[in-house]
Amino acid sequence: MYDMRLTERVLDTETDKPKITAKGVQVYYGDTHAIKDVNVDIADKTVTAFIGPSGCGKSTFLRCLNRMNDTISIARVEGDIRIDGEDIYDKRVDPVQLRAKVGMVFQKPNPFPKSIYDNVAYGPRIHGLSRNKSDLDEIVENALRRAALWDEAKDRLSQPGTGLSGGQQQRLCIARAVATAPEILLMDEPCSALDPIATAQVEELIDELRQSYSVVIVTHSMQQAARVSQKTAFFHLGHLVEYGETGKIFTSPEDPRTESYISGRIG
Amino acid sequence: MPLSWILLILAVIGTIAFLMARSRAIATVDGDARRLHSLPIYYGLNGALMALTPALGLLAIWLLVQPILLDRSILADLPAGAVPDGGTAALVMSDVRRVADGIDSGISSGSFTRDELRDLSVEDVGGLLASEGTALGSALTGEVLTAATSYWQARSSLSWIMTIAVIGLALIGGAWAVSRSRGEFRARNVVERGVLILMIAAASIAILTTLGIVLSLLFETANFFRQYSWTEFFFSTTWSPSFSGRGGASQLGILPLLWGTLYISTIALIVAVPIGLFAAIYLSEYAGKKFRSVAKPLIEILAGIPTIVYGLFALITVGPFLRDAFASPLGLGNSASSVMTAGLVMGIMLIPFVSSLSDDIINAVPQAMRDGSLGLGATKSETIRQVIVPAALPGIVGAVLLAASRAIGETMIVVLGAGAAARLDLNPFEAMTTVTVKIVSQLTGDTDFASPETLVAFALGLTLFVITLGLNVLALFIVRKYREQYE
Repeated sequence: MYDMRLTERVLDTETDKPKITAKGVQVYYGDTHAIKDVNVDIADKTVTAFIGPSGCGKSTFLRCLNRMNDTISIARVEGDIRIDGEDIYDKRVDPVQLRAKVGMVFQKPNPFPKSIYDNVAYGPRIHGLSRNKSDLDEIVENALRRAALWDEAKDRLSQPGTGLSGGQQQRLCIARAVATAPEILLMDEPCSALDPIATAQVEELIDELRQSYSVVIVTHSMQQAARVSQKTAFFHLGHLVEYGETGKIFTSPEDPRTESYISGRIG
Repeated sequence: MPLSWILLILAVIGTIAFLMARSRAIATVDGDARRLHSLPIYYGLNGALMALTPALGLLAIWLLVQPILLDRSILADLPAGAVPDGGTAALVMSDVRRVADGIDSGISSGSFTRDELRDLSVEDVGGLLASEGTALGSALTGEVLTAATSYWQARSSLSWIMTIAVIGLALIGGAWAVSRSRGEFRARNVVERGVLILMIAAASIAILTTLGIVLSLLFETANFFRQYSWTEFFFSTTWSPSFSGRGGASQLGILPLLWGTLYISTIALIVAVPIGLFAAIYLSEYAGKKFRSVAKPLIEILAGIPTIVYGLFALITVGPFLRDAFASPLGLGNSASSVMTAGLVMGIMLIPFVSSLSDDIINAVPQAMRDGSLGLGATKSETIRQVIVPAALPGIVGAVLLAASRAIGETMIVVLGAGAAARLDLNPFEAMTTVTVKIVSQLTGDTDFASPETLVAFALGLTLFVITLGLNVLALFIVRKYREQYE
């Protein structure tokens, strides 16, 4: 059943119009040229993994997709990034609205120092997604259910989110992102601070989320990329070296650098 | 032997103990310092600590206890008639001490010798002492002179005993440490434990001092309430002390002073908190690095201005300006000293307290919080209002509280800005005064520590202390209840 769905999806992505298209993207941090001419199409309702050694620019590129690099004063982004055909670096685009559409989960769980409920309700509240309290309750419950946290959290919604365990905190952050009803979910090494059991739970969750969102995940772990993603992009020294079906990247990579990385010779 | 000489000798003993303990430790391992348990310096420090700590401790205790015991024994020997009617034993004792000091300096400067002193009459000694510059509360009597002589003798012999005991203890301690200073001795652990004890002592001194201050306030306040009704003090709306008649005629109601304190502090906080907080938010969240590096020190300069300068500013500039621009045209009075003047100037003084502390605290909120909020599509101001300020709240409340305590305790700006007239009034352009100003005015000049007019200062001080303590507890409670803890 699972495998069938996977095949179906992979076939779909080839026919669908891409959700995100990036052309000739360059990123500079001051004098450092961090991203060099990256071209990539990211499909809807797919998990795309960015892999590569530390400092290869995969997180930097991820942060271009919701303009989080704008918050770093020395960062400069060039090139063309479109979501649903719309240039997100156009002057008319409000980065704040863009980030509501493109949610993000960070490397270290960063729940706000508020109650679990308020953490999840944060996005819906600032974007006015609910008409009344019961509406908001429903959004919060749905988001927590989607993040597989409802059963653990339903009796302690008013307790601080920082009191949860690391894995629960990261799922809370995912719920928080999901509650804002994004179309794309960016995840920057979401499991790097978690133990294996919590990692497995989050990976399962990512696979669930694929049905509704386009998920882009940056990961250090090649096993994780192989487990959760349908497409994989390999970054090295700021270049996008190879991009394709996950199965193909891991079994018969075309570029020798990809092969060395996957077999553990570099990185 | 003077105290400075004792300290000098102790320093020499400490240094010698340091050097000997260190070299002995090295000698026991044949000069191979790697075979020592600790670095050589620890053996030396152990020697110095062992020589100095007990000796200095003994010295301190001796200096504290000796005068008390000596006073007590001399006082017990004093004949019953030595204390005149209406005087106190303490006054006689202070005369005794002064005469003893006079004898001391007389002998050391060579104006008379011990033997001469024995032969001289009471009047002659009085004359000699007066010519030496000793001022007495009343004419020298035979009893006082006898007591002073025995006081002086006991003191000089005790001083020698103390010197010998202290130096002897230092030598014993140093020798013991040197004898223990061998390669396998764990000097590092001992020294570190010694440092720990020093730190505990430092912490205890801070606590004990606070306790002492509170106790002295309490005793004097109790004295005050024995002479003056507490209902009058807390509920009377009139403050008019009189120094002419003792008690009775004075009205010492705290309410007008408390009102002035709270009124001026409130205005000061209304000025300082929003300005300080907004400045802090701008500096930490919006301002560029360059602007921040210039602006922050500039704001902090405000904190370095002495309050008397602020007072002058209030007196010469702000007061007349407020009077001419607002009070007179609005018909609210024509006094240059006003609550508004003092409040405004005090508010300006408090801005850096609020802004500098809040700025540090806001900066301490982790970047991950900002990223998380921005990543959900929040604007910068939403992030600040809903994530950063709540996370920084305990610190911000602390900053405001510090500012409030400063405002309540401030004196100079009030004297020069708001005047010294105790008044219960709502008009902010009227002169009023605060508790601290009245404490100063009740304790300056010719004071008699037995009259309620003077003792009221302690009651005022204690009330102020209780109020600031209450504020602290309240703030702690608020912070506990609303804190949003981040990791």
